[in-house]
Amino acid sequence: MSGAADEREPVRLTAPFSTGDIEPLKTGDVVRLSGVLYTARDAAHARMAAAIEGGEPLPFDPEGQVVYFTGPAPARPGHALGPAGPTTASRMDSYSPLLIERGLKGMVGKGSRSGIVREAMRESGCVYFGAIEGTAALLARCVKEAEVIAYEDLGTEAVRRLLVEEFPVVVVNDLYGGDLYVEGRERWRREIGRDR
Amino acid sequence: MRDIPTSEVIEVVRDLCVETNTCLREDHLEALKRAREDEESALGREVLDRLLENAEVSCSERVAFCQDTGYAVFFVELGQDVRFTGGSIGEAIDEGVRRGYGEGYLRPSIVGSPIERVNTGDNTPAVVYYDLVPGDGLEITMLVKGAGCDNMSALTMLTPAEGLPAAKRFVVETIEKAGPNASPPLTVGVGIGGPFEKAAQLAKKALTRRSGEPNPNPELAGLERELLEEINATGIGPAGYGGTQTALAVHVESHPTHIAAFPVAVNLDCHSHRTRSVTL
Repeated sequence: MSGAADEREPVRLTAPFSTGDIEPLKTGDVVRLSGVLYTARDAAHARMAAAIEGGEPLPFDPEGQVVYFTGPAPARPGHALGPAGPTTASRMDSYSPLLIERGLKGMVGKGSRSGIVREAMRESGCVYFGAIEGTAALLARCVKEAEVIAYEDLGTEAVRRLLVEEFPVVVVNDLYGGDLYVEGRERWRREIGRDR
Repeated sequence: MRDIPTSEVIEVVRDLCVETNTCLREDHLEALKRAREDEESALGREVLDRLLENAEVSCSERVAFCQDTGYAVFFVELGQDVRFTGGSIGEAIDEGVRRGYGEGYLRPSIVGSPIERVNTGDNTPAVVYYDLVPGDGLEITMLVKGAGCDNMSALTMLTPAEGLPAAKRFVVETIEKAGPNASPPLTVGVGIGGPFEKAAQLAKKALTRRSGEPNPNPELAGLERELLEEINATGIGPAGYGGTQTALAVHVESHPTHIAAFPVAVNLDCHSHRTRSVTL
């Protein structure tokens, strides 16, 4: 890990990103995201992949954008969005390179990404951020506006355009091959010398 | 014979859905607070702080602790002297889920078929396991089971020769393989013995035990302590960012099995561990 990230001031970033915005980021950096995030999870990714294959337009141009893997709960009156923590990102692994090749600069989710996705991220310049699933109510408070922009029939799985402020994430995979899940585990693993 | 109107079951299940999804049970909160004290990684402590803060917000604002409001799983202990009036208990539980998830702003997370994958829109059908017991009581325990951690669960059919050492390895390896995906710190349910499906059911039911309460069998309680130590030595830590608190509790349940068999099932529950009971 790149030092004690949590003892530093968080890095503040506004999405969409340029490559220059994400180049300084290092695995373990604590980041507060503001700006635009697009929600998409399993079913929306399947449709976007089909759209690409069929030569049809995507719900949004991926260039510079950040995708958030989530399916929010319904919003109570007065809330922009219901609780919305990240879902397991690996289920999107087979789709993510399609968006990364088209300029996607960031993804927010939880859990490890495949080697193919990490390679695509390094090649095209895209960062993977971790959020904490069990903070869904807190994360929803950072969402100021939410609007369904595509695939409304998918309900919670529709593509939404979110406007967020100070949305807390940690850099898991930076542009230089770093992986917080691997480095964190190595740093804290202990040998306890049993029959294993 | 005691009559219970199914309308009463509907109301109780509706309330249970909202309560379980919004307010973490006290024993799980205490386990998270203990982990916060014990965690050695600063980033891990930060994760635990945010989980505890989220618990306060979700409970006071009556919103879901986690957007994955899960499979609605129920363990029903049904006294054999109970008779339901006004409908079937299965339909009453589904109606309670329908109302609880609808009125509680809880996400419908169930598709009607794994192949066609169309959302049922109300989180039904519930998954219900019945145990028939003596007397005229009725206890309903709900487990809100998120899919991210359920997906990382596993079952193996060991041979008696492979035995307990292989069973321990399998539990720890399942957690190492899950890594960050299962959203640690985990509650770990382990079922050993029985035929294939019994081990899996025991592993799931073990999750509803009060956090860290040891199995009454001293040998199994020792196994729980040993597994917890090994799991926390993996270094996976809160949210998988690295740390010393990968699991909050390990609950092992055992059942008689066949002379040829040693089934082991591991059901993982994420840091959004949600379970509550109600007695009618």
